[in-house]
Amino acid sequence: MTALTLAVADVHKQFRGATALAGAALRIEPGTLHGLIGPDGAGKTTLLRTLVGLLHPDRGTVVYQQDGRDVPLLVARPFIAYMPQQQSLYPDLSIQEHLEFFRDLYQIEYEAFAARARRLLRLTRLEDFKDRSAGHLSGGMYKKLGLMCALLPTPAALLLDEPTNGVDPISRREFWDLLYTLRDDGIAILIATAYMDEAERCDTVHLMEGGRIWSAGAPRRILAEEGASHFAELFVRRAAAGA
Amino acid sequence: MNAVEVSELTVRFDSFTAVDRITFAVGVGEIFGFLGANGAGKTTTIRVLTGLLSPTEGRVRVAGRSFADGARTIKSRVGYMSQRFTLYDDLTVSENLAFTSGLRKIPPAVSAERIQRLLRFVGFNHSPSALVRDLPGGLKQDVSLVAALLHDPDIVFLDEPTAGVSPAARSKFWALIRGLAREGKTIFVTTHHMDEAEECGRIALMRAGRIIALDSPAELKAQSFPDPLLEIEWTAGAPAGWRESLLERGAASVVPYGLHHHVMVNNRAAWDRFVGEHTGRLTVRTIAPSLEDVFIRLVEGADR
Repeated sequence: MTALTLAVADVHKQFRGATALAGAALRIEPGTLHGLIGPDGAGKTTLLRTLVGLLHPDRGTVVYQQDGRDVPLLVARPFIAYMPQQQSLYPDLSIQEHLEFFRDLYQIEYEAFAARARRLLRLTRLEDFKDRSAGHLSGGMYKKLGLMCALLPTPAALLLDEPTNGVDPISRREFWDLLYTLRDDGIAILIATAYMDEAERCDTVHLMEGGRIWSAGAPRRILAEEGASHFAELFVRRAAAGA
Repeated sequence: MNAVEVSELTVRFDSFTAVDRITFAVGVGEIFGFLGANGAGKTTTIRVLTGLLSPTEGRVRVAGRSFADGARTIKSRVGYMSQRFTLYDDLTVSENLAFTSGLRKIPPAVSAERIQRLLRFVGFNHSPSALVRDLPGGLKQDVSLVAALLHDPDIVFLDEPTAGVSPAARSKFWALIRGLAREGKTIFVTTHHMDEAEECGRIALMRAGRIIALDSPAELKAQSFPDPLLEIEWTAGAPAGWRESLLERGAASVVPYGLHHHVMVNNRAAWDRFVGEHTGRLTVRTIAPSLEDVFIRLVEGADR
């Protein structure tokens, strides 16, 4: 499998005078699960869209390494899956029909597709629902369908924008179990979330506010260094200090 | 007297039973959490408690009113705030609040005084003539709360009230909610955020139309986890197949959690042997179960 590393350094981005990114930097290695943690408006989505190549930074560098060598975006792009916050799935199509539609789009060989779809349906525990239309799925199932479509072309990197918003705790935990399986498959994963309790589920977290990352590292290490018992406390304290 | 009294409430839609003979009461001034997976029957129950839907069977009293008094008498005593839709983006703060006052038929003099007092209460220090669309998430939420409180309800229903707002705004919002409860308002919260659930005095957990647990967060944790929850970390690489072997030998569950795993032990002797076999490669510490752990355990228990 292709191994992909994604990195940005000192990226800046403004939208009509409003600063979205102000010198953010991070690096995601294969087989690791990174969290981008911060409140609404911190710049998480802009950073994800920059990594996917949908946005070009005003300043700074974006680097892709495939199997250890620097490659241009065009080479890396087919190996990057992106799951945006607002997904556009087709309410009238069933889960199976979505998979076949995306097989067509990605032009995947039928045999490879069949094996891949079987595994994804098993991992997401959606086998029993594959004939149900997207419009009739629960919130958690809908997100898992979006994830399946993103994973169909066997990506090496997966970027997720707040995938667990409004999802109940059981579906949320199933979703995380799935992410761990993908990480252990060697995929580089970056998940943006406003749920502070999800920070501790990541291997590495990047704490974001005001367009920059103000702390990064193993969750436990950051909490120990800052003398906080959880991440919400850390953000509240920071806001109180007027940072 | 209780703020909410529900006895043997059942709601059916054709042949589908959305709420199945639930009974509970919420005291005046209580902060009451209402949890459950999507489709468990929470929204249907709330629609009944806010006077929007009549029960199929059972008795409901909200702020001393029942459906026999007319749904409108219930509606006049409850406030409702949702993250998704409470305010019009294209109207200013003042216009939104004037509109709500009109809907609630509050006399203008009373409404003007209340708007001022409530905006002061939530610490709103922005211009009331700002468009709602231009306000940051935390401020929108404060204005939504004001709108839900304008008719001076006895009970305020909060539906995932702080989804997507900053931790600082959230902590301020919950200080306001605690203040309301101290004044004697009853707070009824539905949420998927377990840290919001932690703020509640008591929590009811719904599953397939029924209440499967109802108690304080601390009590629910103690009941669901009589044995300690352990967090383990492999310091020198995990041996192949260890999860399966542990599950066979003496663990009720082994769940990945970042670089660690959470283990629930049900056979102490087998667990001690397992730890003995891996001395020096395994660090183990006892952790407090989160409400999410409790939620999952209770729901899975009810499924069995």
